[in-house]
Amino acid sequence: MLKNTPTAYGSVAIVLHWLTALTVVGLFALGLWMVDLTYYDAWYQRGPDLHRSIGVLLAAVVILRLLWRLGNPRPTPLPSHRVWEQAVARGVHALFYILLLAMFASGYLITTAKGQGISVFDWFILPATITGIDNLEDIAGDVHEILAFTVIGLGAAHGLAALKHHFIDRDNTLLRMLVPRSLSDGSNGE
Amino acid sequence: MKKLAGILTTVMALSGAVLLSAGAQADNYVIDTKGMHAFVQFRVKHLGYSWLYGRFNKFSGDFRYDPKRPEASRISLEIDTSSVDSNHAERDKHLRSSDFLNTDKFPKATFKSTAYKPTGKSTGELTGNLTLHGVTRPVTIAVEHIGGGVDPWGGYRHGFEGRAVIMPDEFGIKMIEQLGPESGQVELFLTVEGIRK
Repeated sequence: MLKNTPTAYGSVAIVLHWLTALTVVGLFALGLWMVDLTYYDAWYQRGPDLHRSIGVLLAAVVILRLLWRLGNPRPTPLPSHRVWEQAVARGVHALFYILLLAMFASGYLITTAKGQGISVFDWFILPATITGIDNLEDIAGDVHEILAFTVIGLGAAHGLAALKHHFIDRDNTLLRMLVPRSLSDGSNGE
Repeated sequence: MKKLAGILTTVMALSGAVLLSAGAQADNYVIDTKGMHAFVQFRVKHLGYSWLYGRFNKFSGDFRYDPKRPEASRISLEIDTSSVDSNHAERDKHLRSSDFLNTDKFPKATFKSTAYKPTGKSTGELTGNLTLHGVTRPVTIAVEHIGGGVDPWGGYRHGFEGRAVIMPDEFGIKMIEQLGPESGQVELFLTVEGIRK
C-alpha cells in the first residue's frame, strides 16, 4: 500500500518519514564535526561539500513529502489519544516542517550570500539568489546553528513520545509509522 | 556618553582648526569614502601557491598634509572589521569568527600615525600604531604620494598609497597555526584620496 488510508500511513509516507529523520540526524552530526576540522584536514572541503549536497537533496525530499502529504488522506488519530495529545502532535509536526524549511533556507544563504552557487555532488549547481545584504552569511549561520539544536531537541522529544506511546500506553502510535497497513485499534496489534 | 564624546570631538576639532589657521599651513583632509576613492586591501598567500586578495569595505578617517612640510603629515584611520570581504561568503564568515578577526569582540581596527619621514620626492615612511584584534603594535607604512590638486567639482584633493607588511600572529591572530607558515604574513594596501575640509 503506497498511499495513506484513513487508518494507516502508506509506505511512501513511512519511507519519507524515516529518510528525513535519519538524514537530519546525520547532517547534524556531520555539521558539528566538520566545523572544527583544521585547514589541512583531508575532510576540510569534503565534509562541507557532503553536508551541502545532502542538505539540498533533503530539501527536495521534504518538499516532495509536503506535496505527498497534501495529496493523501491524513490517518485519523488513535481513539486512545486525548484531545490535547492530538493537538500537541499536530503542532509538533507543523513545527518540524517549518524548522526544516528554515534550516534549508539558512544553510543555503550561508554559502550563497555573496553569489557563489552550491555544487550538489558535482551533479548540478544550485545558483545564488539573495545577495548583497551585509553580513547575511553571519546571520544565516547563527540561525542555522540555533535551529539545528532546536530540531534535534524537538526530534528527541518526538522520539521519546513515540516510545512512551509504545511501551507505556501500549498503543499503535509507533507501529503505524513502521507498518504500512491497518492495525487493530488500541493495542499493539497482538 | 556618545553625545559627550561627540561634543568633545567637535570642541577638539574646532580648537585644532583655530590653532591651524593661526599657525602652520597644513590642511586637513577627510578620506573620500562617500565617493569611495579609498581602499583598504590585503593579500595573503594561500598554501604558498597563490595570492588571496581581500578588502575591508567600511572604514573612515582623515589626514593632514602640507606639501611644504611633508614631515608634519599625519593620518588616522578606523576600520569596521566585520566588513571584511574576500568575495566568498563562507570564508568571510570564517574570517569574522573567533578563529581570526573575532569581529564581535573587536569590531574596530585603527591606525594612528606617530611620525612621517620623507624618503624621496614623493615617497616617505609613515610610522604609527595599528590596533587589530585588540592588540596595539607599531607598524611602518611605505607611502607614495600619487597626486593632488583641484578636482572638477570645486574641491581640492590629495591621494596616497601605502604598503605595509604585518604578521597577524603578533596581534594574537593565529594565522600560522591555522593556515600554515606560508600564510603568516599579510600585506596591506592602503589607498586613500582625501578631500580638503
